[in-house]
Amino acid sequence: MAIATYSSAEQYNFDIVKKFAIMALVWAVVGMSVGVYIASELAWPFLNFDSPYFSFGRFRPVHTSAVIFGFGGSALFATSYYVVQRTCQTRLALEGMASFTFWGWQAVIVLAALSYLMGYSQGREYAEMEWPIDILVEAVWVSYLLVFVGTIMRRKQPHIYVANWFYLAFILATALLHTFNNLAMPINLFSMKSYSLFSGTQDAMTQWWYGHNAVGFFLTAAFLGMMYYFVPKQAGRPIYSYRLSIVHFWALSFMYMWVGAHHLHWTALPDWTSTLAATFSILLLMPSWGGMINGIMTLSGAWDKLRTDPVMRFLIVALSFYGMSTFEGPMMSLKEVNALSHYTDWPVGHVHSGALGWVAMISFGSLYHMIPKLWDAKLYSTKLVEAHFWLATIGILLYIIAMWISGITQGLMGRATDEFGNLQYSFVESVAAMMPFYMMRAIGGAFFLTGVLLMVYNIYKTIRLAKLEEAALEARLASKMVNVGA
Amino acid sequence: MRINFKHEWIETNIGLMLVLTMLAISVGGLVEIAPLFFIDKTVEKVEGVNVRPYTPLELRGRDIYVREGCYTCHSQMIRPFVDEKLRYGHYSLAAESQYDHPFQWGSKRTGPDLARVGGKYSNEWHVQHLIAPRSMVPESVMPNYPWLMQLLDQSDIADRMKALRAVGVPYSLTEAEREANVKNFGETVAAELHIPDAKKNLVDQANLGNYDGNKAGVSEMDALVAYLQVLGTMVDFTKVNEDDLVRSR
Repeated sequence: MAIATYSSAEQYNFDIVKKFAIMALVWAVVGMSVGVYIASELAWPFLNFDSPYFSFGRFRPVHTSAVIFGFGGSALFATSYYVVQRTCQTRLALEGMASFTFWGWQAVIVLAALSYLMGYSQGREYAEMEWPIDILVEAVWVSYLLVFVGTIMRRKQPHIYVANWFYLAFILATALLHTFNNLAMPINLFSMKSYSLFSGTQDAMTQWWYGHNAVGFFLTAAFLGMMYYFVPKQAGRPIYSYRLSIVHFWALSFMYMWVGAHHLHWTALPDWTSTLAATFSILLLMPSWGGMINGIMTLSGAWDKLRTDPVMRFLIVALSFYGMSTFEGPMMSLKEVNALSHYTDWPVGHVHSGALGWVAMISFGSLYHMIPKLWDAKLYSTKLVEAHFWLATIGILLYIIAMWISGITQGLMGRATDEFGNLQYSFVESVAAMMPFYMMRAIGGAFFLTGVLLMVYNIYKTIRLAKLEEAALEARLASKMVNVGA
Repeated sequence: MRINFKHEWIETNIGLMLVLTMLAISVGGLVEIAPLFFIDKTVEKVEGVNVRPYTPLELRGRDIYVREGCYTCHSQMIRPFVDEKLRYGHYSLAAESQYDHPFQWGSKRTGPDLARVGGKYSNEWHVQHLIAPRSMVPESVMPNYPWLMQLLDQSDIADRMKALRAVGVPYSLTEAEREANVKNFGETVAAELHIPDAKKNLVDQANLGNYDGNKAGVSEMDALVAYLQVLGTMVDFTKVNEDDLVRSR
């Protein structure tokens, strides 16, 4: 065992993968704690504590950045660096630059969180970081692209494995989106404050082209890369259909970029744009479900693993949530449905069925698979994985059911008129009606967070035991050496 | 010549894969975003719709709106539905946010839409509501904003207006620009948009309006309330022909 570890440690750069994997867990705890906190602020407003640093408006981007870019981003760096090395059977290229992507990316998340609390925000959802941080992101991202492509160029066999296509599309698309959505004019070179280059309608379109493709490429394509490696690995079977992977990849890459404007139905954005976006949203159901089927059917012939292997269960349930969210999304992009759902809690629930159900679950599954391999150890406790799985699943269900009810309630209360055509409810009556569901959502989030804490403990024990074992082994080896007099 | 395409060509060639992926992901954005800058109808040019840029004080109020993340709970985009017309007023026009860098249409209404909140409540109501929302609306879940009573930083107001001028907002630096503004917006508005007078204009508006009910100094509350009170008031819909609006889209 020990010999295998040393040789693979030389063959691959696992150090950077380990660092990113640990930080993924750290940011999961931070980001989700803030999430539970701001969810509680909506249920119990006194939690804002009359303080700018705790107020919902400044805290909310801390949550979104820490979970999407901190947790999601670190998980993607970790798995992509792992997958690209394993599938290309080569060591990571440009190691100095790879190290910069780690420190640079962590600095981005810390600086972003601090700057939001201090009141620096571009006022664009999921792109609140002000211009100096945006430039750092750009530098990290170009380095990431170079490291990733550089490693692929060193591959030992002619084919580039399908997981790497998805990671590649994610890296390219994120660079494109980040660059154009953050074009801004600083008020002077010594100020964090800037104004976006575009205004009004054009600015809205650019932002939601970015916003939805942050979902499409950062939170979907990239995690599909994860899926295409870790599902077959954990199942011990090849991917269900290679041909389907090809169709899945090109259709998804092409179509996602069209759908952002469905966030702007019935607004001052011209109808042609949002109608076009809705059309592509519905078309997108096909590649999305194609990918889901490809992942789930990989397990065919080994279905028993769903009963025996909780890590497998994380991966497959993640794909089920992926399927559910990618059905719900196109449905909500229909103008008639959108008229009711938009501006309510429904989209919040939809986002979380994707973010918790798909993104977080597939990451947990992949990390549970990868971390023991990185440290050359066995998982400390499968029972804890099992407990984590159920806490996460119950948490998600509480969350999205609460948001479905409150969202549809708010939509219906908003449009209800009495027999004389007057509004039946004032706005604040709908706010009051939300209260039980805001509490239910906070509790759901707390369940999910508790599961993550179990995972952190489990991983901590796993790594610690691995280190103890390694030390014991080395001591035994050393004493043997002494005995033979070497 | 017959070409037998094989996907294997792409799978074994990283250069080709990079180029084709880049092409695949570029089309959607190009088709949907670029035309919005060239199709004249995107922003209504209709008789009676003459939206002006924000005054220095309103602009600083808007900066505070962005700083506090108000858009995370309030939209500024009224949709063309009966209930929204009854609740908020006329549906929002693209022209009304043409000087908004960034746009603040929002995506979630934990609180009500604010696109036409201007003039609906008194200044005193806004001040009290921002400091302690539940003292005015018991069911509200909005945070208290007592720190808005602190003095407003006015030092970089000219820099802010210059940056906005650089991205296309008609704030004037030169005499020629000022005269153009006089022609477009009238003498009074043009004076407000003149960058060399920004500080004076800001203080004058705050003193005249006394939005926060406190004569001593210009507070962030003065700026924010001035901004809220102008929201949705720039178009007088009694002077706009609805048919023109429909045709303009």
